[in-house]
Order: sequence, then C-alpha cells, then structure tokens
Amino acid sequence: MSEQLRFTKEHEWILVKGDVVRIGISDYAQSELGDIVFVDLPSVGDHVEEGEGFAALESVKAVSDVYSPVAGEIAAVNEELEDSPELVNESPMDAGWIVEIKVDGVVQLDDLMNKEEYEAFLKEV
Amino acid sequence: MTERRLVPLIFERSTPGRRGYRLPELDVPEVPVAELIPEEFLREEAPALPEVSELEVVRHYTQLSRLNHGVDVGFYPLGSCTMKYNPRVHEDVTGMPGFAAIHPYQPEETVQGAMELMYNLGEYLATISGLHATTLQPAAGAHGELTGLLVIKAYHKKRGEDHRREMIIPDSAHGTNPASCAMVGYKVIEVPSDERGGVNVEALRGLVGPNTAGLMLTNPNTLGLFDENICEIAKIVHDAGGLLYYDGANANAIMGIARPGDMGFDVVHFNLHKTFSTPHGGGGPGAGPIVVCKDLAQFLPGPVVKKDGDKYRFVMPENSIGRVGSFYGNFLVYAKAYAYIRSHGPEGLREVSETAVLHANYMMNKLKDIYHLPYDRTCMHEFVLSGSWQKDENGVRTLDIAKRLLDHGYHAPTVYFPMVVDEAIMIEPTETEPKSTLDEFIEVMRQIAEEAKENPELLKTAPHTTPLKRLDEARAARQPVLRWEKPE
Repeated sequence: MSEQLRFTKEHEWILVKGDVVRIGISDYAQSELGDIVFVDLPSVGDHVEEGEGFAALESVKAVSDVYSPVAGEIAAVNEELEDSPELVNESPMDAGWIVEIKVDGVVQLDDLMNKEEYEAFLKEV
Repeated sequence: MTERRLVPLIFERSTPGRRGYRLPELDVPEVPVAELIPEEFLREEAPALPEVSELEVVRHYTQLSRLNHGVDVGFYPLGSCTMKYNPRVHEDVTGMPGFAAIHPYQPEETVQGAMELMYNLGEYLATISGLHATTLQPAAGAHGELTGLLVIKAYHKKRGEDHRREMIIPDSAHGTNPASCAMVGYKVIEVPSDERGGVNVEALRGLVGPNTAGLMLTNPNTLGLFDENICEIAKIVHDAGGLLYYDGANANAIMGIARPGDMGFDVVHFNLHKTFSTPHGGGGPGAGPIVVCKDLAQFLPGPVVKKDGDKYRFVMPENSIGRVGSFYGNFLVYAKAYAYIRSHGPEGLREVSETAVLHANYMMNKLKDIYHLPYDRTCMHEFVLSGSWQKDENGVRTLDIAKRLLDHGYHAPTVYFPMVVDEAIMIEPTETEPKSTLDEFIEVMRQIAEEAKENPELLKTAPHTTPLKRLDEARAARQPVLRWEKPE
C-alpha cells in the first residue's frame, strides 16, 4: 500500500498508511517553536475529534497544541519523546513523530496540502 | 557535575559548629524532647542546615542581589507586569506596630484599626472598579481569577443552571485565564480577535448560548488596546445568561478614567502588586482581591469585614464559597496598597493612569518606524511591537533583541506574547519613569535595530556584559537541577 504525505495549515504533517495516520509537526513548525523541552502525549486508546488538540509541545518560548486533522483512536504514541523531546527539533519528519491514529471511517485528504502545496503555503506565511 | 558559581550556595559556605547567635542560659527546668513529641515524629539525624554567622548570611544575600535586576536598579519595561516603582513610605506604614506586631488570633476589638484599613481598602477598590463588594483574600492575580470563577459557578448553580460550563476567552488572553477555567472544570471556548485587535463581535455572537457561563476579558487587552465594543460585548454575554469577568492585569491604564462595572463587568480582580505598587514576586506575598456586583456579593469567600456603626467585625457572606486562603490574606500587602491609594487620592490615581498611557504612546510612536507595529492605533499603558522586520531582513529574532537589551542594563520586555503577534515585543514603560529614561531606551532600541543590519552576530550571541552569558534555556528546562545535594 502506498504512503501519502500531507500537511495542515497548522503545520502538522500526516503520513497516511491505510486507515492509520502518523502525525508530527513540520520542520517550519519546529523552527518557529524553538527548542522543545517537554511533550505532553495522549494515552493509547484515547479518542480524538477532528480539529481537536491531542498533544502539547512545550518550548522555551511557549506551549502549543498539536491538532488532529482526523477523528479516530490513538493507536500509538512516540514514547521516545518523553525522555528526548529534542527529537522533535532534530528530526521533525522522522524520529520526532508524535502519534499514530486509527481513523474512524475513511481518511479524507481533500482539505490537506501535499508537499508542493505546503511549500507554496509557507512562502505566503 | 561541578560548575563555577559566581556566588557559592549558602550550604557551601557552611562550617560545622558556626553560629549566628548564642542563646541565653536556660532558666527553666529542661524537659527531654522525647517527652514532648512522640518518637515517630522525631528525626534521627540533625537537618543539614547551613551553619553560618550573621555576617556571612548578609554577605551571601547582598552578593546574590548584585547579580539580580530589579526596578530599583534600572528600567524594567516588562509588558503586562506593571513594574512600577514601589514608594519607600509603604515600608514605614507596614512597620507600624499596630500592623506589624498583631496576630490573626487576636480578638476583633483589639485590631479595629487593621480591620478599618481592610474595610476601607475594599470600599476604595469597589469605587475604582464601579462594583459592589470586595474580598481581599486571594493571594495573587491568578488566585483572584480562580476565586472569581468559583463565585460565578456558585451563582449559576444557585439559579439551577449548573450546566453552564463554557467560558469564552479571547485568543490574546493571558495564559492564566484558560488555566483558571480548567481548575474549576470549565470548558474554554476561544474567540478570535478582529483586525483592530479587539474581540471579534460577530464571532462572539455565534459562540454564546445556553451553556455559556461567561466571558473573561482583559480591557485594555494584552495588545494594550482598549476594546471599544465592550458595551456590545457585555450585552451579548448577558443576553445569553452569562457573566463578565474582568482580568485586572492591565488596570494601570484606567484608574479614575473608566470603570469595569460601568462597562458591564460583574467580577473584577486587581493585582495590588501591579496597579497599586506593592512589591512584585521574588517569592514574596502578592494580593489579588476581587470585587463583584451586588448579586454576587453573597457568594464571596470570607470572612469579610463588615462595618456596624463605628465597629468592625468579621462575617461570612450568606452563600460564601468558603475560605480561599488562611486567616485574612496577606495583610501587610493591603497596608501598602492602602498607603498608595491614600497618598495619591482620586486625582492622583487618575494622573497615574494618564501618565502611564502617555508614556506608552510616546514610546510606541518613536519606535514604530524602526520595529513593525502590527496594530497601529492609540494604545493604553503598553504596546506590542513585532521583531518580524529584523527576522525577515537580518535573520535576527526577538529573543536576540531582548538579550541584547540586557547589555544596556535593562530588563527585557515581555517577548513572544501575546501569541497573536509574530515575534512579539510587549513594552510597558509605567508612569514612574522620567522622560529621559524613555528617550535612552528608545535610542538603545534604535541602535539594536542598526546592529541587526550591520552585525547580526553581536545580537545572536548577546548578552556580553552580564555576569552570565547566554544561558542554555533548553537544557535548563529539560534537565533542571532543583535541589542541592550534600556531597558524600
């Protein structure tokens, strides 16, 4: 099954693998937030609504919510972040992933941006 | 891990057996401690307290204080914190034996003077806010918020509307507002700002409903802007059955000019340590009294001081939410705020606010050609610039600008807040600075903008002249060292 990468206007990325999506924040988002010092993760099994904040990233500047572009159940969390929150800065698109969500129903990608669209979006920010 | 310290810890100065004082000979029969306190409560080893002389203690804290910055040392334009000068006459007042040497367990008839002060201060705050009844008990602003929300909750509950659990808060609000809501079990509903920096009234109309408990608003808000639509905002919230909470953090802009009660607010908190010039923080006591409208007075925490003829007594309001602090709150802080209000008088307090607003507008207008001013309109007691020009053109961030200000002997302004402004720099000069200080700061800000163009590295590595250079804030937050451990 092919993987699809999408971005939100709130600077999360979503990697779609069937009915499970992996979510993290973009390189732009981590650079704007500054050094992340704590990641407040949800619990596996929690249910999240579309548009709901499910995790919080605390940087030296501020605390920011991470929003879910999909509704579903938290299937996995990146426990590495509990001891190494800096992974979000060092490897935002890979080792710094935050959660995996098992989506309710079918994944809707229409409102999300692909990589090229997101890069164009960043130029306007 | 050993690191060089500028001043050793007081524990590291300890010498076994050294004492500050020698106690006099015991002149009563000695009773063994074990006969007075049950064995399970007695420690087996002596506590590891520092053993130092009085002179060593004085030197230690004096040396520490020389590494610190305070308003007694230099300009402190920390937005939304009102770091004004604290007049020394307050110390004379709080040193009076009738205030300093009394005990909260004393009978009421022996502390009538202190009770009169508490009663009068409550009345003054009610007059300044345009509301009805006061409790002085909350120990700080956020504690006042919590108390105010508990009062609002008790009001809805008494009316059989306990289902009202949604509190509407603007996106520019202080972080304490949503935190206080979470503490009382309210759900936070965020209302966006409009293009002028005020509450988006149309959006608000769509957010109120049968579950609305109220709206929390700071006016002037954290952009330093007065919300001109406040009367309409109040009507929308009241028509939906909600109440209005006024966060008094920015009250230094409005004393004697505008009253929250007249704007439609039902509950107000004041930060005595901001607006009324009692000292800030440092771990010391603060005070966050709340004042409420007539309908809410029955729910206030107690005891409150009531006046019967020329006697004062403590009473519990009829449907009080109970105590929110021990005894009567931080009494000596009240004495300072009382002295401040009495020494200024109504005209003087109005002049305080007028001068605070004038100072902020003067600086804003001098700086807006050098730094981006996202909301360009007359401000109140503070204003918010953005470091976005410097970031885009010179790769220098607001954090770097703030750090460079330290090299010039200033405390940095509030940065990266409010969140609705990118690279925010929030400046509150206060009324207590002379014009020469404002001009010097403006000149330094101009110089820093030049340095950003010509020598950005100088800013990125600042500060250069402080006792410690740029700190690793990320490491301090990730691996905090919170206690001293005795070496083996």
